[in-house]
Amino acid sequence: MSQTITIDPVTRLEGHGKITIHLNSQGEVENAHFHVTQVRGFERFCEGRPYYEMPGLMARICGICPVSHLIASAKACEAVMSVRIPHTAAQLRRMLNLAQMVQSHALSFFYLSSPDLLLGMDADPASRHLFGVVAAKPELGRAGVALRRFGQSIIELLAEKRIHPGWVVPGGVTEPLPAAKRDEILAMLPAAYDNVKLALDAYKQIAGQFKEEIEVFANFPSLYMSLINEDESIEFTDGEVRLIDADGHVLDDGITVNTFTEVIGEAVEPYSYTKFAYYKPLGYPQGSYRVGPLARLNIVKSMGTPLAEKELAEFKQLATGPVQGSFHYHHARLVEILYGIEKIEQILNDPLILDKHVRATAGVNRLEGAGYAEAPRGTLMHNYKVDENGKMLWANLIIATGQNNNAMNKGVLQVAQHYVRDGKFTEGILNRVEAVVRTFDPCLSCSSHALGQMPLALSLVSASGEVVDKVVRG
Amino acid sequence: MSNGDDVKTLIIDDQEVSARRGQTILEVARENGINIPTLCHLEGLSSVGACRLCLVEIKGSNKLLPACIATVFESMEVSTDTERLRKHRRTILELLFAERNHICSVCVSNGHCELQTLAQEQGLTHIRLPYRNPNLPVDASHERFTVDHNRCILCTRCVRVCAEIEGAHVWDVMGRGINCMVITDLHEEWGSSTCTRCGKCVQVCPTGALFDKGKIGSEHPKYPDFLPYLNLMREAR
Repeated sequence: MSQTITIDPVTRLEGHGKITIHLNSQGEVENAHFHVTQVRGFERFCEGRPYYEMPGLMARICGICPVSHLIASAKACEAVMSVRIPHTAAQLRRMLNLAQMVQSHALSFFYLSSPDLLLGMDADPASRHLFGVVAAKPELGRAGVALRRFGQSIIELLAEKRIHPGWVVPGGVTEPLPAAKRDEILAMLPAAYDNVKLALDAYKQIAGQFKEEIEVFANFPSLYMSLINEDESIEFTDGEVRLIDADGHVLDDGITVNTFTEVIGEAVEPYSYTKFAYYKPLGYPQGSYRVGPLARLNIVKSMGTPLAEKELAEFKQLATGPVQGSFHYHHARLVEILYGIEKIEQILNDPLILDKHVRATAGVNRLEGAGYAEAPRGTLMHNYKVDENGKMLWANLIIATGQNNNAMNKGVLQVAQHYVRDGKFTEGILNRVEAVVRTFDPCLSCSSHALGQMPLALSLVSASGEVVDKVVRG
Repeated sequence: MSNGDDVKTLIIDDQEVSARRGQTILEVARENGINIPTLCHLEGLSSVGACRLCLVEIKGSNKLLPACIATVFESMEVSTDTERLRKHRRTILELLFAERNHICSVCVSNGHCELQTLAQEQGLTHIRLPYRNPNLPVDASHERFTVDHNRCILCTRCVRVCAEIEGAHVWDVMGRGINCMVITDLHEEWGSSTCTRCGKCVQVCPTGALFDKGKIGSEHPKYPDFLPYLNLMREAR
């Protein structure tokens, strides 16, 4: 008799998801799926609105990474306007995006994943949360909160609001950076360096305890995709997209926003509202790829900042060729936080950073436009079509979580197959099934562009369709 | 020297005040620092008494009167802020919010909107009525301005400023009841209408219905204060 295990809702994720694990009559895991169960319809309800409203409207998809949406959307609008934004505006936006990356990575690592990492996958769920971490490792808990605050404070200083700021607009930003705010951010840097160093050291110490998880947490060869600069250094806000294969060879390079949809397709599966992005020349699902911190560090040749450069070299030692285990997303996230802090310091020391010219203006000069940004969790693209008056006719968003969707599903299957034996599972095993999804730091609300509530539930279903066991968290 | 009959004495909210004959209750109240909420009324334009937010109670009468058009009379006793009035005002605002699509967070007038400010002042926290969520168009055909009918409350300030001050009378109202819409010329696109591109309608619009093209997210304060000065200068000529 086959069974299905359902984890509903999956906890400590951004958004609401569900996992089902199907067992055959021998009690072996036959298949597993990660479901995103809502639809939101952003692409539809923006139709008929003026294009320049899109950054503000689209950013409402997400409260964690609205800045990436703001930037990708503003860039798509700038393609419609055919303008190049002033250097200072580009730098300010870059800093804003990095600040968001730091706070989002801090959220993912400390708030969502560190309870598993620092307290153990099998720790008592009653204390397996951030407060448990703060109680057990107060220094690390504080560092996590402080790093998130660091990123959020920069966003607030630059853009006035921590969430959904209206500062990023098509053509640049609305206000230049005053010297006082620059100095305030500069003063926050030393503590941020200390905190990320603390986290990196702690992670490297404990990573050794997770050899089994590292082996089976979505550890398989795949393609990787991210933005990259011309000099092959890491990039979050500009640059072009590169795709590498499982051996680290460049598969496709210089993919611009205009050619993106020629090479990237989106497949649909009946069990999820999130689409499955794939590299068209290889077809679906062979062309599935991973994005996000792991992909970025696998693809880039340098970080462009001294401290992160050393960390990148160390990271690349984890494997010959691309680092394939998704557990290493955690490590990559910390390296990127360090990079973010260093890069913010570099940008603040740009002699033109206080320049007052931060906005370009234009009307509709093209009827279609697209824009990229690296969201904390991977490459993000907004693509718009407008009429001659600038009213939206059509929009398509390709979201990081959709691009990691296939890998997350494979990861869930891999972990379930490894740990669930004879149809039996413990709470700690279910937590590992969730934890593999957490390594990707998916944003489900972005990915389903979702509405409503879906906490995590896990159910075990028999071959006859009977739910044998069920764990529900709400 | 004015005739004694030209001066009226009355009581507004327990305060004894004097007024000139022909003045509205609203004028007298404001002269004496008494606030009566208004929406369709704007200093410098004719009053139409359409929004009913300025309704006041008159002692001895069951009827509520719109303060923007009701004139004062001798020994009148006016109450501008009773529980009954507050309830009516909240209901009127709820009806306005439920009628069309007012999404403050993504509106150009967020933080500068008269409808939003009034809702805050009147302590409106919820809309008890079901939202109608109509599918209304945005006319972005004009070179400089855009009209988003989703945010229009049909106060007709644009119609009045265009006809009375600019003298163009491009804006008007079509339809009846719930189907009312402000239109340009004979319901032609704004961009191909006889609009003089003066922008007065944008400045007097109390919400984000009329706005400068390209303006987004709270960056669009409006300055309707120019009207009384404009009128004053014209009269002086």
